[in-house]
Amino acid sequence: MSDTNAAIEIRQLNKWYDDFHALKDIDLTVAHGERIVVCGPSGSGKSTLIRCVNSLETHDSGQIVVDGIVMKDRASVDSIRSEVGMVFQQFNLFPHLTIMQNLTLGPMKARGMSRADAEARAMKYLERVRIPDQAHKKPRALSGGQQQRVAIARSLCMEPKIMLFDEPTSALDPEMISEVLDVIVDLAEDGMTMIVVTHEMGFARRAADRMVFMDQGAVVETGTPEDFFERPRTKRCQTFLNQILSH
Amino acid sequence: MKRFALLGAFLFLTGCASGNWGWYVIDPTTPNGLSNIKFLLNGFGATILLSVIAAVLSMIIGLLVALPGMSSNRWIRLPSRIYIEFVRAIPLLPMLFWVFYGLPVVLKSMGFSVSIDAFWGAIITLAISDSAFTAEIYRSGIQSINKGQTEAAKTVGLNYSQTMRYVILPQAIKRILPPLANQFIYIVKMSAFASVIGMQELTRRANELVVTEYRPLEIYSLLILEYLVLVLIISFFVRWLERKMGSDESR
Repeated sequence: MSDTNAAIEIRQLNKWYDDFHALKDIDLTVAHGERIVVCGPSGSGKSTLIRCVNSLETHDSGQIVVDGIVMKDRASVDSIRSEVGMVFQQFNLFPHLTIMQNLTLGPMKARGMSRADAEARAMKYLERVRIPDQAHKKPRALSGGQQQRVAIARSLCMEPKIMLFDEPTSALDPEMISEVLDVIVDLAEDGMTMIVVTHEMGFARRAADRMVFMDQGAVVETGTPEDFFERPRTKRCQTFLNQILSH
Repeated sequence: MKRFALLGAFLFLTGCASGNWGWYVIDPTTPNGLSNIKFLLNGFGATILLSVIAAVLSMIIGLLVALPGMSSNRWIRLPSRIYIEFVRAIPLLPMLFWVFYGLPVVLKSMGFSVSIDAFWGAIITLAISDSAFTAEIYRSGIQSINKGQTEAAKTVGLNYSQTMRYVILPQAIKRILPPLANQFIYIVKMSAFASVIGMQELTRRANELVVTEYRPLEIYSLLILEYLVLVLIISFFVRWLERKMGSDESR
């Protein structure tokens, strides 16, 4: 019944905030190794959708299957979360801990890894995001771009199969956006399955296998970046692209 | 320093202006006055011990009440809410009477024959009465921590108690400690009520001395001074704590 090749399978997903229909009959299947970019106007449900994938938001109807695990109870949510990493718009680093402690907390406490192993793994991923020399500073001593790269490394330390990015560059100063996007592109080229919510259309062209355009809680259009940017089929999508690409 | 000077001047002037003061009861140069002072000051130990134990218990009960009080499930939240509203509505003195005279009867009918002495009766009452307020202090401190912290903790696999222990509480403690220390001043002052059930603390001793010496004005003046000194020391500590926490935040 469920497609065993899919990393994420979302079927007929609905969510309401009281009377507001936030997600409407969402169907989305993400293959292993596929890179999806979700875009759309603010309030269209993009963030809500990816937050449903690791159950930071609950849904009201429909089904979510992540790597073959059907989301139904606490135990299934825990197993799904252990396969899914997430990077937030506001970084959400733990401000009272050093960068190293931010990275080792999950592996040590949730996975029971030894400190030495966790620190070795942390250094590996800090090198991967190109900030190995900041390990013993507190987050607030770092720039926004560096903090976001640390947040990516923190997720990678849990060795997830899937990464979710919730507007990872929206809180950054313009000159720091590319250093973060480069790291994400780098991950994409290594074959990481990812869903990225972003307005960075240059990044989308560079890294996405497939674009998903959402408006008013529904998926309006999906397609390859080439089709999406050159031949948008719906009026809403054309309007959005004109607005976002015109400046 | 200025405060002490003003207070001294006030007492001195009022004492001189009226001819009715009888400082001899607590005059340290006379044997009787000295033993009276010793008798009064000996209450410090009980007042401090009572307050410290009650405060520690209140901090523990408060946390146990506050944590379920923040659940997203309303049925888990409900008992906490009821406890806080209920306890907050009971004046300290009636609660003290109920615990001291009533609780042993309740326990006995349940098959436990426990006698509650004045010391523990006062501690239980102060701890419970104060715990409603400490619970609210914990709640506001914990809720002031950004929701993103909990979400990030979930995404790196931490469960609820790990999230609290390693992520939320270490951050919230900076906002919780100063008001909690402030609440300790409240406990110290309320501990005076323990005198009515016979607890030998500062106020009880003053009362007993008044009965034998019949100099209420002087003895109660000294009593007030005793509390003043105690509370000023604590509030000095609270201010030091606030400064220390504040500078940690900005670093």
